[in-house]
Amino acid sequence: MKASLTLGKVTNFLGLGFFITLKDLFTGKLEKEEFKNFLRKTIVPLVSILLFIGLWHLGAKSLYNIEAKFKIEKALQDQGQVAADALKTCMVSGESSCQPNTLPSPSQVWNSFQSLLRDHNIISADKAAFIEKTAAMNEKRVAAGKAAIVYTGRPSFVDQVFTSLQTVFAGFLLALLIAVPLGIFIGLSPNLKSAFNWFIQIFKPVSPVVWYLLVFMIVKTLLIGSTEDSSFTISFISVGLCSMWATLVNTAMGVSTVDKDYINVAKVLKLGTFQKIFKVVLPSSLPLIFTGLKITLSVAWMVLIAIELLAQSPGLGLFVWEEFQNGANDSNAKIIVAMFAIGIIGFLLDRLMLMIQNWVSFDKTDAI
Amino acid sequence: MAYLELNNICKTYGQSDGETEVLSNINLKIEEGEFVAIVGFTGSGKTTLVNLINGLIKPTSGTVLFKGEPVDGTSHERGVIFQNYSLLPWLTVGQNVFMAVKEAFPKKNKKELHEIVANYVEMVSLTPAINKRPNELSGGMRQRVAVARALAMKPEMIIMDEPLGALDALTRGNLQDEILNIWGKDKRTALLITNDVDEGIYMADRIIPLRPGPNATLGPEFKIDLERPRDKTEMNDNPNFKKTRNEIIEYLMDIGNERKSEAKEEYILPDLVPKDFVNQFKFGR
Ligand SMILES: Nc1ncnc2c1ncn2[C@@H]1O[C@H](COP(=O)(O)OP(=O)(O)OP(=O)(O)O)[C@@H](O)[C@H]1O
Ligand SMILES: [Mg+2]
Repeated sequence: MKASLTLGKVTNFLGLGFFITLKDLFTGKLEKEEFKNFLRKTIVPLVSILLFIGLWHLGAKSLYNIEAKFKIEKALQDQGQVAADALKTCMVSGESSCQPNTLPSPSQVWNSFQSLLRDHNIISADKAAFIEKTAAMNEKRVAAGKAAIVYTGRPSFVDQVFTSLQTVFAGFLLALLIAVPLGIFIGLSPNLKSAFNWFIQIFKPVSPVVWYLLVFMIVKTLLIGSTEDSSFTISFISVGLCSMWATLVNTAMGVSTVDKDYINVAKVLKLGTFQKIFKVVLPSSLPLIFTGLKITLSVAWMVLIAIELLAQSPGLGLFVWEEFQNGANDSNAKIIVAMFAIGIIGFLLDRLMLMIQNWVSFDKTDAI
Repeated sequence: MAYLELNNICKTYGQSDGETEVLSNINLKIEEGEFVAIVGFTGSGKTTLVNLINGLIKPTSGTVLFKGEPVDGTSHERGVIFQNYSLLPWLTVGQNVFMAVKEAFPKKNKKELHEIVANYVEMVSLTPAINKRPNELSGGMRQRVAVARALAMKPEMIIMDEPLGALDALTRGNLQDEILNIWGKDKRTALLITNDVDEGIYMADRIIPLRPGPNATLGPEFKIDLERPRDKTEMNDNPNFKKTRNEIIEYLMDIGNERKSEAKEEYILPDLVPKDFVNQFKFGR
């Protein structure tokens, strides 16, 4: 499995093939046909993005006007002309306390994004300073057998993203470790298949919320008396259980439908059971297993937000929930920032899986 | 007792309503060291017959005896070249052959095994492609890998299901000679399924037609009394060869016509006479 990683391969994997055309454009290698292609791949998406932002802007503006009009009229009815005028001037002045609470505009979201980044820089600096300050003391404490002092300040937005990624990977790993071996056994044995079939059919459609509650019931009892925070454990197990079904079904399917020709080869060569599984059955079902894993990862990322929110475990889900509860004037914009972060990270995770799949699969045309 | 014996073999596929008897009443005896060719129309049940002999499927009724013992499952003593190559697409040419060799000679060490692989890959002239995957090869190259894989296991009996179908005349000739060579060396036994009468005559001691299915049976056998080693160009002038060839082709054309007249629809054929039809006659896929 030799893989030479050229720029072309990487960008193609990432679905960013237009970079190559862009390079050719500057090196003057572009033909007319390729130029059209280049336009389709760069200009068209760019225009559609601008269009999207424009529509969003207009929509946000009209929502703003509806909300503002309603507020001013209400002030007029309840408190009279003076109060209404005061509110109007307050709104026009951009004073944040009297802004209508509605869908934020693109520029508000962009500002929130930047303020979140600034916030992250401040917190990081703070954290670094804290670590430096406590380094000497911690050394002594550890030497004396006491626990080191750790930074317990508020996590920044970027920290939350990384916590979420951790939870998702832990959950994904759990799903992989359960679903792939189980899928192989189910696929190999018709008895196990009928034993597990009802089980899979019933539990597959269960909603993430219910999985969370189930895991909560069990983990709570198992960790009874422990003072440790179990929210991370609960949320990653729930994520794993929610998302493992696609891999389980695909693995079982791949293993039970290996091409008859390959099975015949295994029979004629008289491969042992072990050899047959590892040299014939698994390699031939690898593309299907990976398709399953890809679905699992995207499901894991999708349900993560809901589960974090329920479990009150740190991460993007909790961030969204807290901002919603918070109700500060830029909360809505922060929620939209989180929405984009979730979407973009989900897309990148999907690409990552596709890349790994292309890497290990024998038939390059198989990967979708 | 014959080396391989098929007694009153019947094979049906499907159950109750959809049941079709593909092979019926097949009787065949092959002696040790013999080279037998079976020719037949497409869909007549040749692959089914091959799979019965190599042990991949069981007959509905009747017995298959190999060296006096009933065939139960596959065995390294009977090597198979599958019609559809059946290479493992995730392994390279070398790895495909190596896998077979390793199973056939579990006592040999890695170096010896790799030597055997290299020899047989060289024999089918695929040394430059030894590190390629099957999907990077042409159909003919894949077929040669399948030939190398089967022969490298040095089976006592070689069962070949249209092994050279996708090859050009030149490579085909070379591989025919290689197969004959290996067959002759240690007095192996060979069964060849083919759609090319000339190939059958060049290689085999006996040619047996398989009549078209369903309910396919074996036709009368044709003995090929030609000295070995045979020479293709000399053979063409040999009166004995010409006679046998014409007999076989006439027989096959007769059963072909029989089949046509059994068909219910009538086709209006254009009034054309094929030129030198007998010499061009080939059937199968
Ligand atoms: N597993 C199966 N189940 C049902 N029917 C089958 C099966 N395998 C083969 N058949 C049927 O048996 C008949 C003979 O098939 P077989 O593959 O033996 O033909 P063949 O002579 O090898 O043809 P070809 O020259 O095209 O390879 C065909 O009509 C086919 O449809
Ligand atoms: Mg066949």
